[in-house]
Amino acid sequence: MEALRYAEAIKQIRQRGQAIKLIVQELRDVDAIVDKHKSDRSRLIQILLDVQKKYGWLPKLALIWISERLNVSMAQIYSIATFYKAFSLIPRGRHTIRVCMGTSCKVRGAPELLNNLQRILGIEPGQTTPDGKFTLTTVNCLGCCAISPVLTIDGEYYGHLKLTDVKKILAKYN
Amino acid sequence: MKPIRSPEDLERLRKEILAKREPSKPCITVCVSTGCVAQGSIKLVEAFKAELEKQGLTDRVEVKETGCVGFCEQGPRVTIYPQEIYYFKVKPEDVPEIVSKTVLKNEIVERLLYKDPITGKTAQILEEIPFYKYQLRLLLENNAKINPKNIEDYIAIGGYSALAKALFKMTPEQIIEEVKKSNLRGRGGGGFPTGIKWETTRNAPGEPKYVIVNCDQGDPGAFMDRTVMEGNPHSVLEGLIIGAYAIGAHRGFVYVREEYPIAAENISIAIEQAEEYGLLGGNILGSGFSFNVEVYRGAGAFVSGESSALMTAIEGKVGEPRPKYIHTAVKGLWDKPSCLNNTKTWATIPLIILKGAEWFRNIGTKGSSGTMIFSLVGKVNNTGLVEVPMGITLRDLIFKIGGGIRGGKKFKAVQTGGPSGGFIPEQYLDTPVDFDELTKLGSMMGSGGMIVMDEDACMVDMARYFIDFLLDESCGKCVPCREGLRAMSKILNDICEGKGKDGDIEKIEDLAEVMKEASLCALGRTAVNPVLTSLKYFRNEWEEHIKEKKCQAKACKALINYYIDPEKCQACMLCLRECPAGAVIGGKDQVHWIDQKKCVKCGTCYELCRFGAVVKLTGEPIPPPPMGVKPIRKKK
Ligand code: SF4
Ligand code: SF4
Ligand code: FES
Ligand code: FES
Repeated sequence: MEALRYAEAIKQIRQRGQAIKLIVQELRDVDAIVDKHKSDRSRLIQILLDVQKKYGWLPKLALIWISERLNVSMAQIYSIATFYKAFSLIPRGRHTIRVCMGTSCKVRGAPELLNNLQRILGIEPGQTTPDGKFTLTTVNCLGCCAISPVLTIDGEYYGHLKLTDVKKILAKYN
Repeated sequence: MKPIRSPEDLERLRKEILAKREPSKPCITVCVSTGCVAQGSIKLVEAFKAELEKQGLTDRVEVKETGCVGFCEQGPRVTIYPQEIYYFKVKPEDVPEIVSKTVLKNEIVERLLYKDPITGKTAQILEEIPFYKYQLRLLLENNAKINPKNIEDYIAIGGYSALAKALFKMTPEQIIEEVKKSNLRGRGGGGFPTGIKWETTRNAPGEPKYVIVNCDQGDPGAFMDRTVMEGNPHSVLEGLIIGAYAIGAHRGFVYVREEYPIAAENISIAIEQAEEYGLLGGNILGSGFSFNVEVYRGAGAFVSGESSALMTAIEGKVGEPRPKYIHTAVKGLWDKPSCLNNTKTWATIPLIILKGAEWFRNIGTKGSSGTMIFSLVGKVNNTGLVEVPMGITLRDLIFKIGGGIRGGKKFKAVQTGGPSGGFIPEQYLDTPVDFDELTKLGSMMGSGGMIVMDEDACMVDMARYFIDFLLDESCGKCVPCREGLRAMSKILNDICEGKGKDGDIEKIEDLAEVMKEASLCALGRTAVNPVLTSLKYFRNEWEEHIKEKKCQAKACKALINYYIDPEKCQACMLCLRECPAGAVIGGKDQVHWIDQKKCVKCGTCYELCRFGAVVKLTGEPIPPPPMGVKPIRKKK
């Protein structure tokens, strides 16, 4: 009995060790990004973009570290992180769907498409499905209006969309 | 590669590059710009490479990845040189045939040529395609020829000779004079004379000075900046270096929108290569002039396309506009004189330097010289980017180049200038397009977006769309913009939902008045243009929405109902099976009908029905369901 508790405790300590290792690794990654931008404060947005790209969102720990390294206040970092659309302060799903709501896409049926997606996924733009699979977002133009309506999943483009294509495309992801 | 240290060296290098190339060697170019990539062109490149390898032709035939030629809708696009045959909608399955027929035997694969949907005629060369026939492609022409990731391709077609000319044969003052004489106006929207802008920055007190490329283009429905940057980044860079020299700047910035990853990648590569070749960095071409460029990516904010906001974003702060008592040309980035121009404006500069202001001024109209790139999209047959001389009429653009309206529908309006522009109705189709003419109609040129709308577009809904867009994008710093947009959005949403009241239109007009006068930046000041032009040209639609709860375009969801015409229904059960709400009632051999209480108006049945049996009704009662079970007459 005693031995079991002992083993359990060891396991927990190891897990914490693991967690710390992960955190250290994460901070090293953030360090590398900050170094890449030569700790230049004017490149704060560029640094955040790289972090966002690496993790899919902006983990708080990373932000604290950046604030330390660049000597900028957390308030400034948060004001940027909340102003620009590219950033997310909460983890995103495994796949990010971006539906174009630009004018060309709009006149060719993007609103109906978005509606359909919302219904199928059961979430609104900005939200993530409960199983953590998809995050649904909208964007104002993806710059390929000639093949509208358009959406991207994890950066892959789907153009000339019809309402009924949505289900098939979603099925490709797991 | 040794850096090039004199104009003579550059010429020598050009000759070397050309000597290495055999003009008669077959070359397959594949467009890898966003539009074609979205349609599978990366796989196509791989397929070509694999096929050449299989046939042992790798050394004899070149495969080149190039930029966009504008007709993206027909992508992926492939061009075979030296014959210069354009193939559209090419799939990997077509690859073996293209190689063995066109490349090896000079035979044409008919089915891959562009086929005119009206006349059925195919076109072998670009100029035979109506979409291209009326264009004058100064900026876009080279996109099909050069690999944007290879500086030697650009040098081979004469690239950087304008830079050499500017640095060695002209003084900064002469360059500015030339740009002024060319009458080039900023391609980003406002149409401000470029030369004057340059001069202001040059003469402004304070050092250092900066030059900036705006490749933000947040305008929805417009993608020319992306295309120029992706397809020919060196042309932008060359223009920028010339500008920097003329203005006296030694540091430059390229601000690229977050949504344009390929553009950011290509310009970064171009910068690296130009540095390596001594065309950028210290002592450019041995002239003694030094200049460096950095790429900044945007993080997704429409308002940051505005010049002062964009500069704040480069400083690493929240990209909000600020009052412009003092122009950014005088006090911009880090409060230093900064000259910001649009991507296309910079890319035009090398042409003006090489061919002269006179040549440039002879293209286009008196007030607006040169060509303009439009993104012709929406409900028009041929969508894509078109480059035309200024002054072409809207009718020619939409009907000759664009091939008219899709699906035989009626033209209703064209929206130009993005969220700051407006709608132009049919009676003004013969207006020549230039900066001043469009402004006269209450719209504007903007960065060149042209979204064509047919009878299915509701003009009230479109006005609402732009207001909601801007409401979302307004930085919220000034009250007239923030609150004005909010109030307008509320009213417009009510109208579209059938809750419009008497007096709504007047209220909107009042709000517009204030916003136009009192907003801090162009976003708020011009936000009312879509609304006002919609009201001016389509007032009856607004009144119908408010008084009759009717949407004649059948676009406002709250005002329409889906209905199955029992006469036309063939009982195919397609809609029944696909309706997500289970609202379609019917069965085999039974006429279908829609349970209105269950219907969520998703439009699936409307899109699916092959017999046109599903219709939208507005402003009229829905006929009762066919009573009982009625066997359907089947066509024999
Ligand atoms: S799809 Fe059209 S024809 Fe087929 S059952 Fe539905 S309404 Fe009738
Ligand atoms: S509009 Fe959608 S919900 Fe309504 S009947 Fe058609 S398919 Fe069903
Ligand atoms: S409007 Fe959707 S891609 Fe441009
Ligand atoms: S993206 Fe290939 S032609 Fe436009």
